[in-house]
Amino acid sequence: MRFMVLVKGNEESESGALPSAEQIADMGRYNEELAKAGVLLALDGLQSSAKGVRVRFDGDRRTVIDGPFAETKELLAGFWILQVKSKEEAVEWVSRAPFEEGELEVRQIFELEDFPVDVLSPEEAEREAVLRRGLAGTDTQG
Amino acid sequence: MTAHQTSEDPAAAARRTVEAVWRIESAKVIAVLARLVRDVGLAEELAQDALVAALEQWPVEGVPRNPAAWLTTTAKRRAVDLIRRQRVLDRKLAELGQRLETAAPEPDPAEIEDDLLRLVFTTCHPALPLEARVALTLRLLGGLTTREIARAYLVAETTVAQRIVRAKRTLAEAAVPFEVPGGRELAERLAAVLEVIYLIFNEGYSATAGDDWMRPALCEEALRLGRVLAGLAPAEPEVHGLVALLELQASRIRARTGPDGEPVLLLEQDRGRWDHLLIGRGLVALERAEKLAAGKPGPYAVQAAIAACHARAGTAEQTDWVRIALLYGQLAALTASPVVELNRAVALGMAYGPAVGLELADQLAGEPALRAYHLLPVVRGDLLARLGRSAEAAAEFERAAGLTGNAKEREVLLGRAAEERGR
Repeated sequence: MRFMVLVKGNEESESGALPSAEQIADMGRYNEELAKAGVLLALDGLQSSAKGVRVRFDGDRRTVIDGPFAETKELLAGFWILQVKSKEEAVEWVSRAPFEEGELEVRQIFELEDFPVDVLSPEEAEREAVLRRGLAGTDTQG
Repeated sequence: MTAHQTSEDPAAAARRTVEAVWRIESAKVIAVLARLVRDVGLAEELAQDALVAALEQWPVEGVPRNPAAWLTTTAKRRAVDLIRRQRVLDRKLAELGQRLETAAPEPDPAEIEDDLLRLVFTTCHPALPLEARVALTLRLLGGLTTREIARAYLVAETTVAQRIVRAKRTLAEAAVPFEVPGGRELAERLAAVLEVIYLIFNEGYSATAGDDWMRPALCEEALRLGRVLAGLAPAEPEVHGLVALLELQASRIRARTGPDGEPVLLLEQDRGRWDHLLIGRGLVALERAEKLAAGKPGPYAVQAAIAACHARAGTAEQTDWVRIALLYGQLAALTASPVVELNRAVALGMAYGPAVGLELADQLAGEPALRAYHLLPVVRGDLLARLGRSAEAAAEFERAAGLTGNAKEREVLLGRAAEERGR
């Protein structure tokens, strides 16, 4: 299962100030740990809301509102996407993030993988697997 | 430590936290211990003992700041106790006790990575039968329980347990060294490791439409193991080649089955359902593999390159079949597999027209390895139909129908035969 870990914004992230070299190094080590454990799918930081806009919908009307936005607590400063076996595992990884303060939000990502029952019997699936593993490259089959 | 504000039973929450920590740390703990005791079976038992201790203590005292170090230290203490209790005679054990007591308490991360790499090479050792390698790897590196492995492979839990016990005994009896092989042996042994990971992936992939949740999870586990291996052996091109192949194949999982659970072939898949995050990761891994291989990509990288051609095509029609045919030629040279040649015939037919594809498919007709392989007459039937040779095409579809064991597929093939007969 996949989780998106949302980094909440704060006054510092909103100020547009860049993190210190030390903070960047700590975060780099942490991200490397996630990658080496094979659980990191993606990550990115977001620039301050001063550079962003909001597009508001009202029937046919679209209103573009320029940043910055008030209420820093509602703003995001970045995210990770982790692939793990349980919510607890996601929480355990998130707990290790090098933050002194603030809050991270852990949200499960929707997957379309409530797989319907296959038409293949286990024996046939096994036969298929034997062909794939032994002979390689049956790519045109799916 | 992590304080959990929740309404549920705190003991249950603590237990699940311990399980999560175990999933993250168990391979490292086992790897470090295996280097000290030189026996992966014993290392796992000691680590399990430490896990039991954690289950008793952490819910009360909280999860320690460095759970891996806590588990390793606890397991080492158990090892020393064990040796003291047996207090024996056996010089080897005495030596071992000394090594454990003098060993540095917290090895640095680079050392743990070396240990992990040794562990991978041990669990995938050729002294073990393939199915034992798979089970042991999932157990010791994946941290999967015996029950989870049994569910994934649709076998009894006792079968998996026996397989693992026997595998550990085999490793101990054969005195398989806990090491990363050197020189030419490294390439062979690495191929064995990659094969195990690919096998695990395919077990999940071929059954992703099954109703058992563990089988799709096997794809994820194989991907994770592949990524871990890429971190441990970053200079090995085929490791990145395999990771690229797995990421790209996994990107199609959601599109591979239709609403009624029927398999959907690659060219008919709804490309909107492909996972573009995984495609992007796959392409990056492929680029890395190709760079490291310096013009001589291995079979996994070539297969990944084929998958990348499909991934890059916005629609099935835009597929670069000329390049795919070329890549299948490269793959055939590397694997000498007639099935690869058959795929090349398909690609040639797409790139240069059915007559060119048929020429190669006809050459394969006499291939003994393909005699009972129903896809050979399917491919020939397709190409003949496209050439307007309906009667011959129908005969091929009928032949294929007689060879497939799948009732649904037989029905489809007989339908196509009838269609060609009617032309």
